[in-house]
Amino acid sequence: MNIVLEIWRQEDARAPGRLVRYPLEDVEPAWPLLDALDLLNERLVAAGERPVAFDSDCREGICGACGVVVNGRPHGGRPRTTTCELTIAGALGEDAPGAATPVITLEPFRTGAFPVVCDLVVDRSALDRIIGAGGFITARTGSAAEANVVPVPKADAERALDAAACIGCGACVAACPNGSAALFAGAKLAHLGRLPQGAPERSRRALAVVEALDQGGFGGCGLHGECERACPKGIRVDVIAALNRDALRARLRSR
Amino acid sequence: MRPALESRVPLGPLAGKWTRRRAELPLVGPVQKRRHRVIVVGSGLAGASAAASLSELGYAVTCLCFQDSPRRAHSVAAQGGINAAKNYQNDGDSVDRLFHDTLKGGDFRAREANVYRLAELSNAIIDQAVAQGVPFAREYGGALGNRSFGGALVSRTFYARGQTGQQLLLGAYQALAREAARGGVTLLARREMLDLVVAGGRARGVVTRDLVSGAVEAHLGDAVVLATGGYANAYCLSTNARGSNATAIWRAFRRGAAFANPCFVQFHPTCLPVSGSHGAKLTLMSESLRNDGRVWVPRRAGDERRPEDIPEGERDYFLERLYPRYGNLAARDVASRAAKAVCDEGRGVAPNGRAVYLDLADALARLGAAALRERYGNLFELYERLTGDDPLKTPLRIYPAAHYTMGGLWVDYDLMTTLPGLFAIGEANFSDHGANRLGASALMQALADGYFIVPATVGGYLAGGGLGPVAASSAEVREALASVEARTRALVASPGRRPAAAFHRALGEILWNQCGLARDAAGLAAARSRIGALGAELREDLRVPGSPSSFNQELERAGRVADFVELGELMCRDAAARDESAGCHLRTEHQTPDGEPARDDARFAHVAVWRYAGPDRPPERLIEPLAFEAAPLETRSYR
Repeated sequence: MNIVLEIWRQEDARAPGRLVRYPLEDVEPAWPLLDALDLLNERLVAAGERPVAFDSDCREGICGACGVVVNGRPHGGRPRTTTCELTIAGALGEDAPGAATPVITLEPFRTGAFPVVCDLVVDRSALDRIIGAGGFITARTGSAAEANVVPVPKADAERALDAAACIGCGACVAACPNGSAALFAGAKLAHLGRLPQGAPERSRRALAVVEALDQGGFGGCGLHGECERACPKGIRVDVIAALNRDALRARLRSR
Repeated sequence: MRPALESRVPLGPLAGKWTRRRAELPLVGPVQKRRHRVIVVGSGLAGASAAASLSELGYAVTCLCFQDSPRRAHSVAAQGGINAAKNYQNDGDSVDRLFHDTLKGGDFRAREANVYRLAELSNAIIDQAVAQGVPFAREYGGALGNRSFGGALVSRTFYARGQTGQQLLLGAYQALAREAARGGVTLLARREMLDLVVAGGRARGVVTRDLVSGAVEAHLGDAVVLATGGYANAYCLSTNARGSNATAIWRAFRRGAAFANPCFVQFHPTCLPVSGSHGAKLTLMSESLRNDGRVWVPRRAGDERRPEDIPEGERDYFLERLYPRYGNLAARDVASRAAKAVCDEGRGVAPNGRAVYLDLADALARLGAAALRERYGNLFELYERLTGDDPLKTPLRIYPAAHYTMGGLWVDYDLMTTLPGLFAIGEANFSDHGANRLGASALMQALADGYFIVPATVGGYLAGGGLGPVAASSAEVREALASVEARTRALVASPGRRPAAAFHRALGEILWNQCGLARDAAGLAAARSRIGALGAELREDLRVPGSPSSFNQELERAGRVADFVELGELMCRDAAARDESAGCHLRTEHQTPDGEPARDDARFAHVAVWRYAGPDRPPERLIEPLAFEAAPLETRSYR
């Protein structure tokens, strides 16, 4: 089939950007979308043009590097799918091939806290700073007790892992009308808070993370729920309730 | 000057060596620690754990990674698990047994003392990870769960669904992010190491390119730790992430760090088969599936029936047939070669005859769908998304792919390379896996190196003193900066027409065919000359648009591919020189009557160590003899 990739081109953070259309012939609907972008880039390079910049590494949905707004939705809006797992057919969705050549629009994750670096590449280091502020359990190397000393109920471990599945891609922030990172931060608090090892620092962690959210240029959570729909790892909005509960409890205790 | 290949293994009985070394390593005082800067390159399991642990000890640390965040390092993609000798299953496991399994799995081409230490440290890694909040699988009683992996008869693998690497990396990354926020670590993302600074015969820093601005910068310190992963991407199609590359270790090699066993490359048996010609990479399905899956092909060549239409009697469960004791859990190299062999007989399955079935039907009948989903849920989802098939309804199709490199920079017992002050950890070194790595051992080695070994041994090196200041304006630093700038300019100025990807594919095809699952002298000689020609073509016909002083991913790839081409030549040279078979390295000239690798211990019970001798001279081949005292040499058998 033939498609058109309509791609946001922006040379660097300060340059103005615009959408540019690139026709691509003879692609297969089953191809990964990023393979089509690779193919386009090889052609651009052979023609001496600047290829399209985009982040991607593992190509199997686990590293969180890829992140493109596809036809208006972060990662293309398919359930539990990252951009690198999205096929051309998946990107086109139900409203696929009519008579005209279908168009797939690719734009960067656009939100206040993620400045554009180049084309589809953004700077997501604000997420690393949230983790640095409080998204950890302090366990100095060498200080750990025997691993089976503290039993962890199976259900708690499973629920912690559900939240820990977050890959830090930032789709939740890009999908949020307010640019909030509440789902990302809540997932980390839920992961660590659901384990007994995370209990001693629970209050301190919540306060530090909430402060980092404020300083990181993220908006407030308005409970729109767009983040949950965009999350490629199925993180549920309940974790935001955990964030709010932990933060409230910590504030009350610190009075 | 110490001899080039002094392994510096402590004296005394095997079980006491690491304790003894720890006791004899001199310590650095708390005030001095703050004055020593250690440069850690890479932020995967090895790099992140080393950087965080060194910072906790009080050293000033700089940690660099090429990704946009340290959390994206390729360790994140490890699925199946991490081994430890806890013996929680009461099935007879012990440090000794893990040591023996690992040494045997590596076909007796690893250094005994290192392997023993790895087994010894394995338990502390699990303790550390649990304390950090790594949500390992649990039993109903709250104790940690285990599963089995290839090459072992005990159940010693700890796991977090199919995302063990991700969860362990998050533990190390969170510690690293905490140390960065505290000010102990200067964390610099989107920086790629392009050269090593050597001054006064010691490694004193690295030169990086800022991948956003293009700025070429020097980062100086008193020791350098390379944790930059392996080089399986030399094959172009591999299970490695797209960005994984050999440039850091290759540049270190060119500056004098010797390279050990470059031809030892593992082909993972359970990957999704190649499809189409533009596939960007190959996707791994965790080996843990071999716990519950049975591998088979049709008995008859050219049988094109659907798998469910082939009756039991017309199926060949070839791993169970060939290796009755280990069955579907035979070591990776053994399973990969067996899969290739049945496909070479024309019994491979659709679509192109280069795949075998991994069938979960028996496990489904025994355990039920819910239990299987709990163990492998995310793998099933990944498989279904990529192929459209549900593994609980129809068997998975799998085929081997380049996955892990046992070779790497040569290191002594303290994980220091032949270049004083330069350490290599994780997959970047050669140390523990010999000629084949067992499943669930990569994470174990990366974390043993990063959490426990290198923080101690770097301290010992620094306490040894003799380190003067190194000025940013010194001749050595200026020379390294100028050399990176010149090479970068040359890539951009190249007047050719072909993108780096074209050269990468050509290299991958040569290596896969001639330096892959089976090798022979004639093929390796031909490969070397074809790679030489490819290097010449690359210099003339490469095209890199854009400027060196901007975000330029094509420039990044071109530099990496140019280094892979040089390394590919060394891989073939090493494979030709190792005129025996061992583990992953099957020389077709040296096989037992039933097609297993035939080692030649009299001539090759050694590590092959290559030293750079200049641009116009062939590298020099040194050897480190291997002695086996605790585990006498035996013929490896999984039958």
